[in-house]
Amino acid sequence: MTGTPSASGLHLPQYLREAAELRTPVGYADYKSTGLRAPLRTPVDLPHRLTEVTGPVLGGDRVRPEDADLTLRNGGEAVGQRILVYGRVLDSGGRPVPDALVEVWQANAGGRYRHVVDTFPAPLDPHFDGLGRVMTDSLGRYEFMTIKPGAYPWGNHHNAWRPAHIHFSLFGQAFPQRLVTQMYFPDDPLFGQDPIFNAIPAAARHRAISRYDLERTQDNWALAFEWNIVLRGREQTPFETEDDGDVA
Amino acid sequence: MSVDPLHVPDVTEPYQPRSGRRGTGFLTEPLRLGGTPSATVGPYLAIGLTWADGIWAAEEGTPGGVWIRGRVFDGAEQLVPDAMIETWQADPDGGFPSPEDPRGAASYPGFRGYARAATVEPPGEFGFFTLKPGRVPDGEGGLQAPHLDVSLFARGLLDRVVARIYFADEAEANAEDVVLRSLPDDAARQTLIATPTEDGYHLDFYLQGDRETVFFAV
Ligand SMILES: [Fe+3]
Repeated sequence: MTGTPSASGLHLPQYLREAAELRTPVGYADYKSTGLRAPLRTPVDLPHRLTEVTGPVLGGDRVRPEDADLTLRNGGEAVGQRILVYGRVLDSGGRPVPDALVEVWQANAGGRYRHVVDTFPAPLDPHFDGLGRVMTDSLGRYEFMTIKPGAYPWGNHHNAWRPAHIHFSLFGQAFPQRLVTQMYFPDDPLFGQDPIFNAIPAAARHRAISRYDLERTQDNWALAFEWNIVLRGREQTPFETEDDGDVA
Repeated sequence: MSVDPLHVPDVTEPYQPRSGRRGTGFLTEPLRLGGTPSATVGPYLAIGLTWADGIWAAEEGTPGGVWIRGRVFDGAEQLVPDAMIETWQADPDGGFPSPEDPRGAASYPGFRGYARAATVEPPGEFGFFTLKPGRVPDGEGGLQAPHLDVSLFARGLLDRVVARIYFADEAEANAEDVVLRSLPDDAARQTLIATPTEDGYHLDFYLQGDRETVFFAV
């Protein structure tokens, strides 16, 4: 047993946390805006009770099929290298996370976001808004078509450039599984000087990098990158352990 | 002292295959995949995370609805104008619209339980419309005080930070709440307690400083 809170005899699953040395810290000195924003006190442990083991059902009704193709917006084709981005959303126990909302946003091929705060003098693309939404299927799979985002400068340090990346936001089925992250591309020469990438502990950085996939690359059309996303899984309950022996 | 490279001690333990259990070849530990690391939402989150209906945890006009508003401050006590707050909570009867609730998914008219609001307009302020939650079991034989779970996201935060919102007009329930009671002192508790306003409640979050909000590790 785990000393788990339970609701009148109900066993509540506790969601496992990644070891501290593999988790991105909230603050990181080289990323300057964390200085006044990342909390300084040690967070208080919150065991998972009913509010934590549940989570919103944000159904497919807010996602339209065309939201999975970022290359066709406002009646025309976006400029840039077409890429298929696909993968599976799993939990750390290897179980697929089905029917989960995946939201993505990104810069255009020139490295410019369609946002008032972005003043980088690269052209905006009238046919690219940089927003995508998909639901995972029953096996936890997602995929969307987009263009490869450009690198872009930011003011963090002299000549600072963000490696090409796509922002991802995911809901699992329970509050602890909520994840906002960024997907990178293989072998980016900008990794070395990027504090947002390097804030990820070295042993976990590869998990943020997609894999070029020749097999899914579409002939005469688009390159393909695979990125599997792992949300937090539940601890194995004593019930499940016994079951393993009985069934079969 | 010299080592004879050909002196190999006899094996005293039987060979253990990777299962750690002799001869089965099956994993005896649950499979563990490495979790995907979090990253900041950055300054352009509005592109991907703006919903027309984000602020409506309860549908507009739902009887008994309240506005919960507040601000987010950084360590220099400046308003944070580019944060996003998300909330998750029970309905007024203490049920969750989630199949993960072992008591069964609840359904309360017009209620989604989830809100997403940016601190954009006016700068640094968020506001969302919801129903005050009921009390839910704490798993230790008692009831938790009415509360919302909160995730805060912003540029300059490499992971979300998690807090709760409680209500000042629930003093009796708050005094019994297992989470509030676990906090070190009253000043810490006060950082999570929203005060009544004309149309609902108000609570400010402080990312740093003397009044730093109590954040939770979930
Ligand atoms: Fe970005």
